[in-house]
Amino acid sequence: MEVPILKQQHFLIATVQAALTDEDLLKLRDALVTRVGKARSRGVIVDVTALDVMDSFASRTLRDLAHMIRLRGAETVIVGIQPEVAFAMVQMGLNLEGVATALDLEEGLAYLDHRVKLTDFGDRSRRR
Amino acid sequence: MMSKQSGQPGRTQVGGPVRISIRSDSDIVVARGKGRQLAADLGFQSTESILIATVISELARNIVRYAKAGDIILEVAVNGAASGIVVTARDDGPGIWNVEQALQVGYSTSGGLGLGLPGVRRLMDEFEIVSKAGEGTIVKTTKWKR
Repeated sequence: MEVPILKQQHFLIATVQAALTDEDLLKLRDALVTRVGKARSRGVIVDVTALDVMDSFASRTLRDLAHMIRLRGAETVIVGIQPEVAFAMVQMGLNLEGVATALDLEEGLAYLDHRVKLTDFGDRSRRR
Repeated sequence: MMSKQSGQPGRTQVGGPVRISIRSDSDIVVARGKGRQLAADLGFQSTESILIATVISELARNIVRYAKAGDIILEVAVNGAASGIVVTARDDGPGIWNVEQALQVGYSTSGGLGLGLPGVRRLMDEFEIVSKAGEGTIVKTTKWKR
């Protein structure tokens, strides 16, 4: 199941809509790492509200995704981790260390706006 | 090498076992979905159903990654007034050379996180692993309803 990626101004928003296989997760990671350059995006939001299982593979892939996006010069925020999923992750000893998270899409956008303002230094050569 | 941890004598299981053949990524998703559904049907709280689904996901992934093919078997467990769910992962793969090591946090031979088995053991009430190099692996775990 492919995850749709929408461009909203200078952000990319990927909304997971159903359970993802390992391959789907890797495709999502690769697509975002590529798209962030093509779209000259400053930030990425991955909405995982619909994910009911976040296991070691999903945690690791999301962490890798965020680190790769950072190497590409943009920020990532994971939004919508459900309370039961957070509970299971903690019990399993899984984490998203070094990755920004937010309650929902709205909070995620607010976070990215803030981050982008902080890193914006006047006459940037990046245009969009 | 064989290792046995916990286990409860005198337990009976009712309800037909559900066997899910695990051969690919998408079977992992099917198995955890069925596990979550069975747990919900048995009256587990949603937090625990998701926990069980996460455990199934880890066990099924181990099958795909290390053994290529195997089964996840879901069963209802009954012990007196207590009921629960038994999740068994079975494969005829290469087996685990050092079970004790595989149960340590941070250990992995596949470049993964190495959190699979220790996490599963922590989450479930009962955990039993039988593995012999060259002869496959059976991991049997039980979660009792609170």
